[in-house]
Amino acid sequence: MKAFSLFIKDWKSELRTRYAINALAMFILVTISVILFSIGQEKISEYLTGGLLWVVIFFSAMSGLSRAFVSEEERGTTLTLQLIASPSNIFSGKLIFNVLLVFLMNLVIAFLFFILFESFVIKSTGLFWLSFLLGNLGIAVSSTIIAAIISKANSKGTLYPVLSFPILLPLILTLLELTKFAIDGETIGDSYVELFVLISYDVIMLTASYLLFDFIWKE
Amino acid sequence: MIDFSSQINGVTQIFGRRLIFKDINYSFAPGCIYGISGKNGSGKSTLSKIILGLISPTRGKVIHKSEGKEIIPEKLHDHIGFVSPYLFLYDEFTAWENILFFQKIRGIEPDIEKSKFLFEQFGIYDRRNDLLKGYSSGMKQRIKFIFALIHSPGLLLFDEPTSNLDTAGKDTVYKIIEESGRERIVIIASNESTDLGLCTKTLDVEQFKTKEN
Repeated sequence: MKAFSLFIKDWKSELRTRYAINALAMFILVTISVILFSIGQEKISEYLTGGLLWVVIFFSAMSGLSRAFVSEEERGTTLTLQLIASPSNIFSGKLIFNVLLVFLMNLVIAFLFFILFESFVIKSTGLFWLSFLLGNLGIAVSSTIIAAIISKANSKGTLYPVLSFPILLPLILTLLELTKFAIDGETIGDSYVELFVLISYDVIMLTASYLLFDFIWKE
Repeated sequence: MIDFSSQINGVTQIFGRRLIFKDINYSFAPGCIYGISGKNGSGKSTLSKIILGLISPTRGKVIHKSEGKEIIPEKLHDHIGFVSPYLFLYDEFTAWENILFFQKIRGIEPDIEKSKFLFEQFGIYDRRNDLLKGYSSGMKQRIKFIFALIHSPGLLLFDEPTSNLDTAGKDTVYKIIEESGRERIVIIASNESTDLGLCTKTLDVEQFKTKEN
């Protein structure tokens, strides 16, 4: 409940300041436009479109998800948060906020890919949406804990994608593989190894994040 | 009187190679107003943050007890109230929204009557629905006191409590300090002689600065 109240505070703050939503919307618009311009009249393969989807998702996440902690640090309200909630509640509140933001962002990106790219045809929709769900959770958890780490650093903007890349790489590679399977029309049963990798990634990142957050949060 | 106690056990703080203070041992009990004095840069704010568990000391520890039981660090925020010049609230919310959000995040049911009472006491009830970004520095200082008092903590720590306040604001703060000091632990970290004049005991950080290296 405390974490949910923190999430509500963050969400209302976001609706008033539009710090992350505007950045994400502009980034999505610009990247997809650039891809469309560079493709022109050429027809690209299904696999390449699937890969581009996760490239856009990765970089969009990098442009807006650090907000959860960076904005608190920039406004000097980190101390205020430390005085009103325990580290685990703070992390949970920020995680709920980022999960919602990732889902909204990625649904918009996926929707735009479906309507703008002819070659983006998913034969196994069940597998695609299951991977999408688990992938989004993984992105949200990883980006939240990385945001907490980089919020204390001086060069926040540069550090975020640099630090995120190695942590998100196993997730993105698995998601690329699963998207390829979904395009080929393979079933969930055929892809259980990759799905287990995704579930394991989410569980490991979530556990590690809760264990580490206390140390990251305290000066 | 609230059953709350705080004890500083052998606290030493070193930043890099610079010794801030060494081996502080001190006890705080309710019903008394304590002062932390020292010149600028002497470590008053650092000691305040250590007492509140916001930073870890290089050596030593601070133990807080409520009703005889030691408070675990994860729960300490429920027992402390803090005001300082480097504390910032949320500018995009109104003063009233700030206080309501803080109560909800603390997991307590918003106490409208108490909130109203404190807003009136600090003379900002009429401006409660203004965004905080429109507040003057003195008004922001007043809202920080409401933030510190709203959950009735056992330990109140005021770092430079009267900065940015006008005479009326200072009088209100002094009255609050005296009232709170009767039943809880109140600690004032300040250079102002009028602030420290309220204190019954004073801990001078300068006394714990012995040269190292």
